Amino acid sequence: MENRSRRAYSGWAVALAIVLVYALVPVLWLISLSFKSPATVSDKKFIPTDTTFENYTTLFSGGLDSPLLRPLINSILIALIATIIAVTLAAFTAYAIARLDFPGKTLILAGALAIAMFPPISVVGPLFDMWRALGLYDTYPGLIIPYLTFALPLAIYTLVAFFREIPWELEQAAQVDGATPWQAFRKVILPLATPGVFTAAILVFIFAWNDFLFAITLTSSDRARTVPAALAFFTGESQFTAPTGNIAAAAVLVTIPIIIFVLIFQRRIVAGLTAGAVKG
Amino acid sequence: MSTAAPPQVGQSATRKSQRKRGGPTQTTDRTKAERKLALMLCAPAVIAMLLVTVYPILYAIVLSLQTVDLRFPEESGFVGLDNYGAVLSSPLWWQDLFNTTLVTVVSVAIELILGMALALVMHRALFARGLIRTSVLIPYGIVTVVAAFAWFFAFDPSSGFVNNLPFVADDKAWFGNRQDAFTVIILTEVWKTTPFMALLLLAGLATIDNGLYEAAKVDGASAWQRFWRITLPLLKPALLVALLFRTLDAFRVFDSIFIMTRGSQDTESVSILGYNQLISRLNLGLGSAVSVLIFILVLLIAFVFVRVLGTAVPSQGAKK
Repeated sequence: MENRSRRAYSGWAVALAIVLVYALVPVLWLISLSFKSPATVSDKKFIPTDTTFENYTTLFSGGLDSPLLRPLINSILIALIATIIAVTLAAFTAYAIARLDFPGKTLILAGALAIAMFPPISVVGPLFDMWRALGLYDTYPGLIIPYLTFALPLAIYTLVAFFREIPWELEQAAQVDGATPWQAFRKVILPLATPGVFTAAILVFIFAWNDFLFAITLTSSDRARTVPAALAFFTGESQFTAPTGNIAAAAVLVTIPIIIFVLIFQRRIVAGLTAGAVKG
Repeated sequence: MSTAAPPQVGQSATRKSQRKRGGPTQTTDRTKAERKLALMLCAPAVIAMLLVTVYPILYAIVLSLQTVDLRFPEESGFVGLDNYGAVLSSPLWWQDLFNTTLVTVVSVAIELILGMALALVMHRALFARGLIRTSVLIPYGIVTVVAAFAWFFAFDPSSGFVNNLPFVADDKAWFGNRQDAFTVIILTEVWKTTPFMALLLLAGLATIDNGLYEAAKVDGASAWQRFWRITLPLLKPALLVALLFRTLDAFRVFDSIFIMTRGSQDTESVSILGYNQLISRLNLGLGSAVSVLIFILVLLIAFVFVRVLGTAVPSQGAKK
């Protein structure tokens, strides 16, 4: 019996090692490249021989005209604003679906599901044309609007799943005490719903932070271009230097917020991701 | 349908009906107020979703029936289905559709196997469960463009470490031919999205009653038999949902191909084709025809999953 459990343990250790290497090697490679000097960037070694921060500092030299500062600010603001709006709208909708009795509930959920499956490439052409006519092309709202819309289904499903777990008796108690449905929502349910709202917010933020297709089609300059789009159009300092080190450094920087989220909120992220799909 | 509905939904439905039966009969005013509030709460999200998806797709259909080329604005006019004829008779469309299907089928198949293995490993975790969850969430959360660059730089013949590995030719040009380029593209897709598959399957595994395995063990079923006779059938609803989402997601593959090859070496996907027509060539008419065709294909895939394979999509759980 003891022999068997020892074998199970070593088997698990091997599986663990494989998963860790597979998941982390590409990220470690990016980190390694980002600290290599132009002279050693092609040495194919995992540990940089002459460590340099130059790849990072050149990304920000020149302030707002630097290759990365403006896109980084754009990415953060656009993702944050889209997250706040999407989660607010989704919370209203999810409350109604989880709690209230009204016709069209199934239709809204089915519609949200259809949008979760919707191919964004099918709307970029019309949006490109509409945004140019409306003056939204290459602006923050021009990206925030599609992001919040495509994130709404995920947020709605996550929140409906969380809201169904809330002890609704408390709300009834508030209503018995004379609160209106709106007061019951705002003063009793919202505080209880905060963890779910937070989970939805993280998932929406990751979605907006990740987008590339809308970012390259609906922007044309650093006015609203986000980091993923800026990365694709990076050029070297001269036409003879490939910007490998700079791209790696920028890639590491945009990955840091994701790693922080994952480290702090992993349980919530997993719960949110699977709540919509498995629990229904 | 109701057999596929997860337990929570049933519970909340009973809770709701108990509430109705238990309480005093509700007045119509109360019901009316409830409906009004519900519609007010749902309206903003519904309007946003309609404005950014339904309206543009209708607009895309209108554009696809016209000659609209922003470089030659004077030539626009209604042309009927000519754009569709042009797309469907072009070898490039069929080539790109084949490429997209290839990437979708191969990467989803590999993800399914790896994701299942990963889910089983995580389910039976003896220690370090948190560590493994953290490390698989990083590929999930990482920006797709960053993932594409990471693997591109790893395989890049001039600076990548892959060509230094044993059994790999030192000067192998991974992005110089179609087969190798697709290998790296599929590898990137698999790396990025296997965690999603694994987490969905893991959640499905958690709903299976452990007693079933104990009973099967007592009856002498091998581990292999337990997997095929208990795990797989009970996991089928979660499995189909994960497959549906991953298939649709893989079918719109764009970011990694754009970063790695920009479609050269015949690695273009239908989304890249749409982008090239719409944004690079500013041919909104032809590009919209591509967009509408992609939309129809996605509808078709969803239809096959829901109607033919019987995937219980989450919204059905909301029905009373």
